[in-house]
Amino acid sequence: MPTKRFLTPLALSAMLLLLPGAPADAQQPQRGGTLSSIISPEPPTLMIGISQTTPTAIVAGKIYESLLRYSTDLKPMPGLAKSWEISADGRTYTFRLHENVKWHDGQPFTAEDVVFTATKYLIEVHPRSRPIMQRAESVTAPDRNTVVFQLKEPFAPFIMAWEPSTAPIVPKHIYDGTNYRNNPANQTPIGTGPFKLQEWVRGSHIHLVRNDEYWQPGKPYLDAIYYRVLPDAGARVVAMETGQTHLSAFADIETFEVPRLKALPHLELTTKGYEYLAQMVWLDFNLRNPPMNDRRFRQAVYYAMDRDFIRDRIWFGLGKIATGPIHSSIPHYDANVPKYPLDLKKSEQLLDEMGLKRGADGVRVRVTLDALPYGDIYKRLAEYTKQALARVGIEVTIRTSDVAGWGDRVRNWDYEMTHQVLSQLGHPALGVSRLYITSNIRKGVLFSNVNGYTNPRIDELFGKAAVAVEPAEIQAMYSEIQRILVEDVPVAWLLELEFPTFINKQFRNVITSGIGVRDNFADVHMVRQ
Amino acid sequence: MQRLQFIAQRVVKGIVVLLGIIILNFLLIRMAPGDPASVMAGEAGAADEVFMSQLRKEFGLDRPLHEQLAVYVKNVVTLDLGYSYRQQRPVADLLLERVPATLLLTGTAFLLSLVVGVLLGILAASRVGQWSDSLVTVIALFFYATPIFWVGLMGILLFSVTLGWLPSFGMYTVGGKLTGAAFALDVLHHLILPAITLALFHMAVYARMTRASMLEMRDQDFVRTAHAKGLREGRIVRIHVLRNAILPVITMAGVKAGYLIGGSIVVETVFAWPGIGRLAFETVMQRDYNLLLGVFILTSFMVIAVNLITDIIYSFVDPRIELGQ
Repeated sequence: MPTKRFLTPLALSAMLLLLPGAPADAQQPQRGGTLSSIISPEPPTLMIGISQTTPTAIVAGKIYESLLRYSTDLKPMPGLAKSWEISADGRTYTFRLHENVKWHDGQPFTAEDVVFTATKYLIEVHPRSRPIMQRAESVTAPDRNTVVFQLKEPFAPFIMAWEPSTAPIVPKHIYDGTNYRNNPANQTPIGTGPFKLQEWVRGSHIHLVRNDEYWQPGKPYLDAIYYRVLPDAGARVVAMETGQTHLSAFADIETFEVPRLKALPHLELTTKGYEYLAQMVWLDFNLRNPPMNDRRFRQAVYYAMDRDFIRDRIWFGLGKIATGPIHSSIPHYDANVPKYPLDLKKSEQLLDEMGLKRGADGVRVRVTLDALPYGDIYKRLAEYTKQALARVGIEVTIRTSDVAGWGDRVRNWDYEMTHQVLSQLGHPALGVSRLYITSNIRKGVLFSNVNGYTNPRIDELFGKAAVAVEPAEIQAMYSEIQRILVEDVPVAWLLELEFPTFINKQFRNVITSGIGVRDNFADVHMVRQ
Repeated sequence: MQRLQFIAQRVVKGIVVLLGIIILNFLLIRMAPGDPASVMAGEAGAADEVFMSQLRKEFGLDRPLHEQLAVYVKNVVTLDLGYSYRQQRPVADLLLERVPATLLLTGTAFLLSLVVGVLLGILAASRVGQWSDSLVTVIALFFYATPIFWVGLMGILLFSVTLGWLPSFGMYTVGGKLTGAAFALDVLHHLILPAITLALFHMAVYARMTRASMLEMRDQDFVRTAHAKGLREGRIVRIHVLRNAILPVITMAGVKAGYLIGGSIVVETVFAWPGIGRLAFETVMQRDYNLLLGVFILTSFMVIAVNLITDIIYSFVDPRIELGQ
């Protein structure tokens, strides 16, 4: 076990007692056991192809699989594909699939399913996967267990697009020729994963059971997984504390409860398993409006934000200070960029330079900030931002709304400043470039380049880096992108999020990859105590 | 005969009101910013034009509003509440799944609060000015003034975390495979905390109301006459005072009974009880129009029906009240 675990005297003596027969226990995971996990909010559907929400990905990640998985340092690992080759020109991707894989309804899984998924299904329904799959000129299945993707041009991030939420493989025999979104089979998901849907009592729980025909012999170890829908944060803490549930992830446990839960002897805390998603929080400026269209203003704001405070007091020490547009856990991150430490003097100096003088009331300029509607922590971030900017004479009015209202404002460019949080999806070309390139300024579309940043050099670099083949050349381009963007501050990057995952110590091998709790849990096993 | 005529008239009025509610609600929720497609995009962290227009087309949001309304009303008249595209299931199924859990919780809490509240009110009124009266008043005021979620959380802390007597969430032991009496007991076990939490708040209202109303009746002439006739105190309280004092309580209970099926957002959330209140709340956030309208129709129907029943109950409790035109 790579994770450090604090051994209580009791656990230590228990281990000593077990020692004679213990090696078997430690080496050989045993069958059996039921994991009870928190899920919040309740997923809208378990058909992972038509919903990209995190709760759907967590639960349906046990039912559906993709060709690959990714380690915590984002190296591809075998999934439904046991091996893969990328041609020297970077245009041909060949995946060799595991044999004897069956769908939950007993039908064999073949390369045809992958071809159908990539050429028809994902292109029709999946907003994130669509632009990736459209890069393929042809997708062919030379035999039952081989799939060949011939790309129009090289695209190095292609190998990062094969985790279950980005490219779930769906059964051709069920979906081909139907309306994918309306197919009644969406109620009874049929995947290849280690667990099958047994029952979903809306508002209460989702019951998954072991897939006895799973293609990895002997796995999964668990008999069943229950996902309990617990809408109240207080109730979730109690559930973990009393052992009524064994696993919490993402924002299930509020940050201020983390220090207390961490101290409980039956719980283990890890922040691993979020490397692929690589979520980052930033302060977004609508660059169409003054004073946000002036780089000096954005830099002044950046200098006025104490990001250590944000991490230590709002996120209770979880997370890493962001240095630029690319999250440090994904490829091509470069730390060598201009820095914006807390510096109120410099901030005021920049505002003075712009001619924004303090009025009689000490206010230089007034702006509104749309608070992110994703929970209390973002309200606190908005309140902190208001306080921090007041120190340099920027008066912030906080506007609150729900997800629908916020989304409507932001996608239609009807805002001045807002916070945003988004995943970078394993590669800058998949999750970062979309926010800064001119061609992705699309009114009415969330998570596009909503703030309207445009820079021909950035467009050129992102475009070239995506299709380049030579690693050193690619890195040089991404490094230049990061230096230019950090200099320009199109948005103020605040924090790389780390989420607390609490695991009841009866369960092992829960987090084994960079996709964390969204992974398939084939390796999770229970230790009897 | 007169009673039947009255009921028939009220039913017709009720249908008109229901239709008004449907149209008003339909238009009101469309005025809120955002639609289900934008919510789904916001939750997914991914969107493009194709995705949004596909969703809008599927939800029927690409058609003119009056056309959407006409289709909806036509469906409702044929008892078809439509389809929740977000959850990919018929609205009627989603609602019916939640009704038993909701009624079990709110019904239990309703009866509990009514019985205990009225009893406490009688106790307080008959011992007015004594310490037991003050105690009832203080307790009632305390639970009336305290936020219900806090009472729930404190209940969880004491009975689930510290004492370990009661489960803190859910409606039954998931994966317990219990049946029959064992299952009923299990549900009861889960019901205690949320039902009491919800009942405490309403109990306070009934207790205070009963007390005030009884004190008012106590000084009426007919009560003095009853005393003068030499009737026993118990009989006076039961027959003369309580029967008259209970009318405002019935009114209040009637109003509250109408909301039974709406559930309680707060208690259902704190105790993860799979009821309609939570569903309604989540549905508003998700702009799941059809499901939300379904909840509205169900709850308005209940309110109208219970009002009618309350009026009929009046006529039994107090013969002076006639069911007029």
